[in-house]
Amino acid sequence: MIPNATPITPELVAEHGLKPDEYKRVLDLIGREPSLTELGIFSAMWNEHCSYKSSKVHLRSLPTKGPHVIQGPGENAGVIDIGDGLACVFKMESHNHPSYIEPYQGAATGVGGILRDVFTMGARPIACLNALSFGAPEHPKTRHLVSGVVAGIGGYGNSFGVPTVGGSVRFHSRYDGNNLVNAMAVGIAQKDKIFYAAASGVGMPIVYLGSKTGRDGIHGASMASAEFDEDSEGKRPTVQVGDPFSEKLLLEACLEIMHKGCVIAIQDMGAAGLTCSAVEMGAKGDLGVVLDLDKVPCREEGMSAYEMMLSESQERMLMVLKPEKEKEAEAIFRKWGLDFAIVGETTRGNRFIVRHQGEVMADLPIKELGDQAPEYKRAFVNAAKPKVIEADDVPAPVGLNEALEKLIATPDLCSKRWVWEQYDHIIGGNTVQRPGGDAAVVRVEDGPKGLALTTDVTPRYCEADAFEGGKQAVAECWRNLTAVGAKPLAVTDNLNFGNPERPEIMGQFVGAIRGIAEACKALDFPVVSGNVSLYNETNGKAILPTPSIGGVGLLDDFTKSATLAFKRAGEAILLVGETTGWLGQSMYLREICGREDGAPPPVDLIEERENGDFVRALILDVSATAAHDLSDGGLAIALAEMAMASGIGATLDDAPDDIPAHAYWFGEDQARYLVTVPAAKVADVLARARAASVLVSRIGTTGGDALTLPGESPLTVASLRDKFEAWLPAYMAGEMTNA
Amino acid sequence: MKAAVLVFPGINRERDMARTLKLTSGHEPAMVWHADSELPAGTDLVVIPGGFSYGDYLRCGAIAARSPIMDAVRSFAGKGGLVLGVCNGFQILCEAGLLPGVLMRNENLRFICRDVYLRVERSDTPFTRGYNAGQVIRVPVAHGEGNYIADGETIARLEGEGRVVFRYSSPDGMIDPNWNHNGAINAIAGILNERGNVLGMMPHPENHVEPAIGVTDGRGLFAGLTEALGRAA
Repeated sequence: MIPNATPITPELVAEHGLKPDEYKRVLDLIGREPSLTELGIFSAMWNEHCSYKSSKVHLRSLPTKGPHVIQGPGENAGVIDIGDGLACVFKMESHNHPSYIEPYQGAATGVGGILRDVFTMGARPIACLNALSFGAPEHPKTRHLVSGVVAGIGGYGNSFGVPTVGGSVRFHSRYDGNNLVNAMAVGIAQKDKIFYAAASGVGMPIVYLGSKTGRDGIHGASMASAEFDEDSEGKRPTVQVGDPFSEKLLLEACLEIMHKGCVIAIQDMGAAGLTCSAVEMGAKGDLGVVLDLDKVPCREEGMSAYEMMLSESQERMLMVLKPEKEKEAEAIFRKWGLDFAIVGETTRGNRFIVRHQGEVMADLPIKELGDQAPEYKRAFVNAAKPKVIEADDVPAPVGLNEALEKLIATPDLCSKRWVWEQYDHIIGGNTVQRPGGDAAVVRVEDGPKGLALTTDVTPRYCEADAFEGGKQAVAECWRNLTAVGAKPLAVTDNLNFGNPERPEIMGQFVGAIRGIAEACKALDFPVVSGNVSLYNETNGKAILPTPSIGGVGLLDDFTKSATLAFKRAGEAILLVGETTGWLGQSMYLREICGREDGAPPPVDLIEERENGDFVRALILDVSATAAHDLSDGGLAIALAEMAMASGIGATLDDAPDDIPAHAYWFGEDQARYLVTVPAAKVADVLARARAASVLVSRIGTTGGDALTLPGESPLTVASLRDKFEAWLPAYMAGEMTNA
Repeated sequence: MKAAVLVFPGINRERDMARTLKLTSGHEPAMVWHADSELPAGTDLVVIPGGFSYGDYLRCGAIAARSPIMDAVRSFAGKGGLVLGVCNGFQILCEAGLLPGVLMRNENLRFICRDVYLRVERSDTPFTRGYNAGQVIRVPVAHGEGNYIADGETIARLEGEGRVVFRYSSPDGMIDPNWNHNGAINAIAGILNERGNVLGMMPHPENHVEPAIGVTDGRGLFAGLTEALGRAA
């Protein structure tokens, strides 16, 4: 073990991920050389993952307020008011690097961490979602990563007992060597019983709860703040090991002591463990903190102060309890078989003091640890806007049917049943709409309220044009919530990018934030929580910019939610929104033409809102019998999905003369939906659309057992389904010769 | 009905089960802590819900089966009291020796959550009187270890004595390996003890009882139990 009074060499500083100028800042701040423990604490607090030093200046431009926002970014999770005294608490967070190094545990602890963020605030988790990005299917590691990540997400959530109701899975070679695992958790709390991190009162006991501290995860947050190279797998010991059983106990114990009024402040130990949680509780409450590490429950003998302060062992909490309730709280924790130890107290004066075996191992200014973290205005360059591709310039290499059959069997568009069947998506008995639709719908308590939940982003759009891609991610999220009939309320963002020290990556980041901000403002869809994950690069190659957006919408009556399945034969299929046949950056262009180029489809946010409000009204007054948003693969894919979800086919009318057929059926114009309407209501709905200046056209009729595109032979729904369902199980079973 | 729902650390479908019992019988069940050594007075139904008791560590259900409350359950069952174990509850009953056999990892080694079809083999039990024999019901499963197995002699006895009450089947009631998601021997989804008062089953009828949430095929089990206990009282 290295002694605490080790001389701090430049090498040691570098190993802690601190740049020379950052280390100078440390020296200026404390006026002396730090001890080893102190250096560890600075590295934990000032790495990118914890300090947001490259992103903070830009994140400030996001809209975070709204009439229903109770708590915006800056706490463990965002909180919104959903009426009747209830609040929805939610956040999304990445666990990218650990999931690449050790897929099962990396993904599992990602889920564990985000669940803890939610129940730390006093909410019972009611749903999880995720957004997963993997490398190309033919990359030798991809299958192993998919298998491990999916098993890890399921392994944790299933055992903890929260339904995993939705998400997305995509594949692209740019994620080879750096897959993304973004996990979102959603909980429900009483609006007047939200718990925060800020401590209050001097001399209050600080209590350590949950599992014991071990040597796992030391420097996890620092790892998440560096690029990858060939040696990254040697970092496996920095990945934490999850124990969902302990977390379930911790949940029940925490909710019980919160219910009994024992808690003043609470903070979970996530990234940078004890360090980050203790500093946050003190700094937010304008108090100092003294920790006595001799009291910390340890899993292993002989742990040093340095190791204890940087351990990322899971399923741990730090709390400030009301002194008179200490015994009651301890009894509850003992009942659940969890460790309970008073490890320190709050003090006057803003010092963070760590004692171990009779020695002061660290004595630092607590507020400056957070507030004085470096903040960078990194240089950025905006990429040139790509050229708009005209549909007429894209020849159709194959017929419509062949393109449709090929597209629905591609890795990105095929059924993800193989994935979500490994997640318990029904536990709780409140899952109204299961995975596979536009958004999941979960009943709130005994109803009638329901929450609609989704995660969205189209990374290839962001790569082509970060601003438009950022806008589109928010718009698609809003659209998916609308397509089930919900009123979109707020989002959490999980911004995954490459190395911010490269101006072109920083340009992507800045552009995407601008796009997200613009869309969130236009759609009254504030950002209430989020997470930034930078340095997603391996050997200098960055991922596609991937700002995942997790959205929450509210249904006053969950029984009114719409599903995408056709309901009966003989109903009119109406297309809402304008279709120009936009093929740039489309799935058709990539998968059928072998091209990944052009400008992505722009989002007209006014149109987005008008079209969405119109569709939501049709759903809520029961004029629309089914609804579906249009996204990847365009109109034809959306129709196929509606048919496959029901077994009912459809016959489609001719495409308009002024748009090439393949562009009409597969173009990815935004702000569009499909709805079905009983024949008797068509005239009324079209009149309403005209009155609202919303473009709606009838494009076909449901019925039969096949999907018939104009001029093409019928494709039976059963055969489409076979193709749709086949790819992923076959790939995972190793049956694909080309993969 | 005076039901007791057992709560072991790591059990996580106790709330689903309690809600369903309340919904179908009109009576709130008692939640009974694993460390207790007695059931509430007047208990006429013990339910062991699903979840991951003790994290499924060691072996599913093995630790819970040795909890203090299980002695009370053994004695309750010994007197003919009705005991229902669902999912982890089934695993616990097997580990506790109240039912024969074990539940192994699913054949494909993955956790599976989906709706399955069950053929109800008998309607002359307190658990299945709400169904017709041969009826096919649709209920969800959510487990990683539901692959039932026992030695040949035990299986022969179970079959011979008509103690297999639920079998995984096709939607039209055919026993077919394609519709047996976990590979259980003879497509066994649920079995009775010798006396017929203890039922263990892997699927979750408690998650399919409300029209607003979807399918209601699980209702028959609880409606039948309510009726059986109402008559006894």
